[in-house]
Amino acid sequence: MKARYSIFSLARNALSSHENWPQAWRSPEPKKEYDVVIVGGGGHGLVTAYYLAKEHGITNVAVIEKGWLGGGNTGRNTTIVRSNYMWDESAALYEHSLKLWENMTKELNFNVMFSQRGVLNLAHTLNEVRITKRRIHANRLNGIDSEWVEPEQVKEWVPIIDLRGNGRYPVLGGSLQRRGGTARHDAVAWGYARAADALGVDIIQQCAVEGFDIEDGRVTGVRTSKGAIKAKKVGVVVAGHAGVLANMAGFKLPINSRPLQALVSEPVKPCVHCVVMAGAVHAYISQSDKGELVIGAGTDAYNSYAQWGSNPVTEDTLAAICELYPLFRRMRMMRQWGGVVDTCPDASPIISTTPVKGLYFNCGWGTGGFKATPGSGHIFADTVANDRPHPIAEPFSLERFKTGFLIDEHAAAGVAH
Amino acid sequence: MLLIPCPYCGERAENEFSYGGEAHKPRPEVPEEISDATWADYVFLQKNTKGTYYERWIHSHGCRRWFNLVRDTLTHEIHGAYRMGEAPPKVDEKTYV
Ligand SMILES: Cc1cc2nc3c(=O)[nH]c(=O)nc-3n(C[C@H](O)[C@H](O)[C@H](O)COP(=O)(O)OP(=O)(O)OC[C@H]3O[C@@H](n4cnc5c(N)ncnc54)[C@H](O)[C@@H]3O)c2cc1C
Ligand SMILES: [Zn+2]
Repeated sequence: MKARYSIFSLARNALSSHENWPQAWRSPEPKKEYDVVIVGGGGHGLVTAYYLAKEHGITNVAVIEKGWLGGGNTGRNTTIVRSNYMWDESAALYEHSLKLWENMTKELNFNVMFSQRGVLNLAHTLNEVRITKRRIHANRLNGIDSEWVEPEQVKEWVPIIDLRGNGRYPVLGGSLQRRGGTARHDAVAWGYARAADALGVDIIQQCAVEGFDIEDGRVTGVRTSKGAIKAKKVGVVVAGHAGVLANMAGFKLPINSRPLQALVSEPVKPCVHCVVMAGAVHAYISQSDKGELVIGAGTDAYNSYAQWGSNPVTEDTLAAICELYPLFRRMRMMRQWGGVVDTCPDASPIISTTPVKGLYFNCGWGTGGFKATPGSGHIFADTVANDRPHPIAEPFSLERFKTGFLIDEHAAAGVAH
Repeated sequence: MLLIPCPYCGERAENEFSYGGEAHKPRPEVPEEISDATWADYVFLQKNTKGTYYERWIHSHGCRRWFNLVRDTLTHEIHGAYRMGEAPPKVDEKTYV
């Protein structure tokens, strides 16, 4: 059993100058064989391993990560969490996730700093007003908290906003999800890693999967930079690299990989108290506990695996931020970075069995999968354990691109996160 | 910022162009006779290569003509542009994990 983090363990460790904290997880050498190998040590992969062990009794599991834990999009995203998606299928998926967020810190005994500060989605055009109101009604029918706010209410929530949007994109109102908010991204990866490790899961970092062993249409293992590892089942959760792994297994996915970028400013006093998203102008903003403005932009216009974003996109986003918040015109940006996101044609994820038996993919989250981390891993673990899609995952199978049953969430997702 | 060599206008900044995705993907000849799976392949599935990629671009804010480009999607190195219908230049193809 792992030592629990508490006020008492904090006090006890203070007596020895915090030099004797136990390691949060082991770093074992890979075994020869596992019941399940999860490829990708981002949030979704770690949650999958955690639930395989916790709910399905499958503890002979390895998470194999090419770089370091959470070094992919999990540690690069702007951490907006909400569940106000349009269609019933998505509502079920994202709301399942939001409910798990609400208990995550307690369940993991790890502070993920989940802050339900509210998420505002602004509407800047008449069309946006209409689709936003339609989405709010759909949300409410699905039992998801969602409300329309008039421009004056937007101003109450965000006093520094210029409702005129420099004339071109005035704020005409917006939707508000009060239960939405932000979380500490690294803590999510670390918290699930620690909890999965405690249940016996091997977490293997600095180990890239370079190929699959497939016999008679069934996966029998993975080939890695640390040698071959046998596996009865393999779950692939590698975000922007989903296409690369699918190519290794001999099939193609409906996914394009694009860089998505974000920026943080120098820290300032509290001035943005909720998350504000403006899809029409591609500018999202929140303020971290340190005081930095966290700003999300749009994706690059072309396929790329370079983990930075292109300059014209940075410029467009900052222009929009300056027009909505004139106060920020003299703010300096401290860092800018990108993550490679797996964009899907209908802006919905793929949680699915594949043409190869025993091989499962969870991908296509694109610009908005952080919010889904706990729910996605939960239903993917169930899918892998039982070799059939979990009921919530069923509509999100690869089959939908043949049947045409797409789940178009572009209005709810946009490049919005 | 990419500097893209339009075969008609020469090198221009990336924001003069729009992207058309994977190149050399011919539309099925007799659409009413093919299976849903073949359609899905044509409409949705992508090679999405990490490495040397053959892709379509249009010079939207210039000559407004379509052409193909060979580019490395990891390093952003551009190996060359060629007109529609022309054969791609010979390049040392690369892929990465
Ligand atoms: C700038 C930015 C802002 C975003 N903002 C938001 C937001 O506000 N809200 C939101 O909900 N979502 C947001 N997202 C999207 C979100 O980050 C992702 O959808 C989500 O984090 C994906 O999690 P994951 O665990 O699937 O992927 P990742 O965290 O990317 O993990 C995949 C892992 O697989 C590993 N891997 C790849 N190839 C191999 C291999 N061959 N072998 C072994 N391991 C491999 C990678 O190294 C990586 O660590 C944003 C993304 C970006 C880039
Ligand atoms: Zn041109």
